[in-house]
Amino acid sequence: MAVQPRRVRGVQETNRVIAPGQTYGGVDDTVNRPILRNLTRAPRWWFLGFAVGFALLMLWLYTVVTLIIRGTGIFGNNIPVAWAFPIINFVWWIGIGHAGTLISAILLLFRQDWRTSINRFAEAMTLFAVVCAGLGPILHLGRPWLFYWLFPYPNTYGLWPQFRSPLDWDVFAISTYATVSALFWFIGLVPDLATMRDKATHPFPRLFYGSLALGWRGSAKHWQRYQRAYLLLAALSTPLVLSVHSTIAMDFAVAQLPGWNNTIAPPYFVAGAVYAGFAMVLILGIPLRRAFGLENLITKKHLDNCAKVMFATGMIVLYGYVIELFIAWYSGVEYERFMAYNRVFGDYAWAFWALIFCNGLAIQPLWFKAVRQSTAALFLIALVVSVGMWLERYVIVAITLTRDFLPSSWGNYYPTVFDWSLFIGSIGLFLSLWFVFIRLLPSIATSEIKELVHHDMHSSHGTHATNESPLNRTEPEAG
Amino acid sequence: MATHTATDPATNTAPEADTTYGLVAEFDTPEAVIDAANHAREAGYKKMDAYTPFPVTGLDEALGMENTRLGWVVLLMGITGGLAAFAMQYYAQVIHYPLNIGGKPLNSWPNYIIITFECTILFAAFTAGLFMLARNGLPQPYHPIFNTPNFGAATRDHFFLCIEAADANFDMQKTRGFLEGLSPLRVSEVEV
Repeated sequence: MAVQPRRVRGVQETNRVIAPGQTYGGVDDTVNRPILRNLTRAPRWWFLGFAVGFALLMLWLYTVVTLIIRGTGIFGNNIPVAWAFPIINFVWWIGIGHAGTLISAILLLFRQDWRTSINRFAEAMTLFAVVCAGLGPILHLGRPWLFYWLFPYPNTYGLWPQFRSPLDWDVFAISTYATVSALFWFIGLVPDLATMRDKATHPFPRLFYGSLALGWRGSAKHWQRYQRAYLLLAALSTPLVLSVHSTIAMDFAVAQLPGWNNTIAPPYFVAGAVYAGFAMVLILGIPLRRAFGLENLITKKHLDNCAKVMFATGMIVLYGYVIELFIAWYSGVEYERFMAYNRVFGDYAWAFWALIFCNGLAIQPLWFKAVRQSTAALFLIALVVSVGMWLERYVIVAITLTRDFLPSSWGNYYPTVFDWSLFIGSIGLFLSLWFVFIRLLPSIATSEIKELVHHDMHSSHGTHATNESPLNRTEPEAG
Repeated sequence: MATHTATDPATNTAPEADTTYGLVAEFDTPEAVIDAANHAREAGYKKMDAYTPFPVTGLDEALGMENTRLGWVVLLMGITGGLAAFAMQYYAQVIHYPLNIGGKPLNSWPNYIIITFECTILFAAFTAGLFMLARNGLPQPYHPIFNTPNFGAATRDHFFLCIEAADANFDMQKTRGFLEGLSPLRVSEVEV
């Protein structure tokens, strides 16, 4: 492939997993060239995006400092609504993270080769989302600086955390998820960092990527162990990712409140997580492929498949809403029935109906291929889905708490400006990390893409084609 | 295990071993390097390695490498993690600090399942990742193979086969002739 020195164009929209005619070196150039360019020559959109993220990050920091100085009273949390925005945001963010692990681990086990182009940035998204998520409950603790009390560590009080509590299960689930995701991501990065090391000309990037690459040299023995380790990590991450959101669902399901105490909660939460996560993959991936000219590697096929997964899980979530209401009625329990009534017609009915619109109606156009192929439509739908999933957690967490068993303890909830600034600020934290990531690290796993290129060449003509492979077929990725 | 740290010059009889790490042939397709590896194995070479930008299926077998036993180590550590987590919870809740909550049994094991599971995954996953790096001898800032001309292409689009001087059959002239016969892009002698 002829690569122009400055702006890599010659991109083509395709429904294959990678555009035809990719070469090993061409993949490197497409992915790495924008990253190795001098920072001062980064495109304007990058500075703009980072500036927005950074400004919101400052808002977040301001809120956190205020929180530490003044305490949780700055939030709208009250009794009965003790869990509000911080927990809603926590569940929302951790759900977003799940798509990354699903793409990188579960789709690897199922040998879905379309995962390869999107796994790197989706895993990065997972990590950053978990960072934002983990900070939610920690900042909600009242004395956030004592968060380490949640871990079993030798202490002079001779105390242990309460292992029977779902809240402590959460601590283990989230910290395992965060560390294992980071490890999986880093292991995947090592060969690509070595590519960056060998490609970089300046001493400083060479040192930076060289140190991170750990001296990777692509030895056959290393690859053998590496591939085994990668497969094992995928096999271990698969039950892990399913367990994490199930554990979070237990926080609710183990409680006795009507609306929380449901056996459907764990699978329904996992479906919701994948749904929200794929929406975020689309929100990040569509601008990314356009801005970096990655259309040859992140093709319409990826967008189409992401949209299909999002749509399928969205329908599962919608089924969850319906069955929750049905079970409330069918159980014959007065409190459950009132919960359902209150959800649909109560003070917060607007949130429920907005949720049905976002997660039920707005995704229906995805039945049509034309919509799944349109980047603008997908981006818009994904944004609506993200809002919808946030509303879902709002409905589950906050609204359930406003009406429990005793009318004397009923009360409404109104978020304060700090609730909002902590939430919007956490988006800034996410965006800042995201923009640093896409600027410094390859957002596509080049060594894995080269394997695909190899298979592509191999399946097209058994000859030893090195640097060209004129593919004309449309579906080489079958099987 | 073909780790390169084993090429201690003192244990080698070949005189070239003092200054030469090996002879490296460079190829531009994965098929060519597999082909070359097969020929080299059949010619009786044992201490050799290939360097490729991506994992090439079948290359490890072509080089005569044994399968990795990483999976067993990971299984063992996973079981260890699970047992340790359950033991910790049992010790905390039953022995060290028993708390009677609603008369429920102290060893309420269903409540311990999630933490046991998470620790199983944690131990197994970190073993998979870190043990792989450790067995590969990484991080390793210097390795003689990096002296190979054009070795930067090994992480881009070229494929290298190295027959190490530590190999019993290694002979500078013969081995070079052998590698030249595999029609590589070039053959270079690499110093330690």
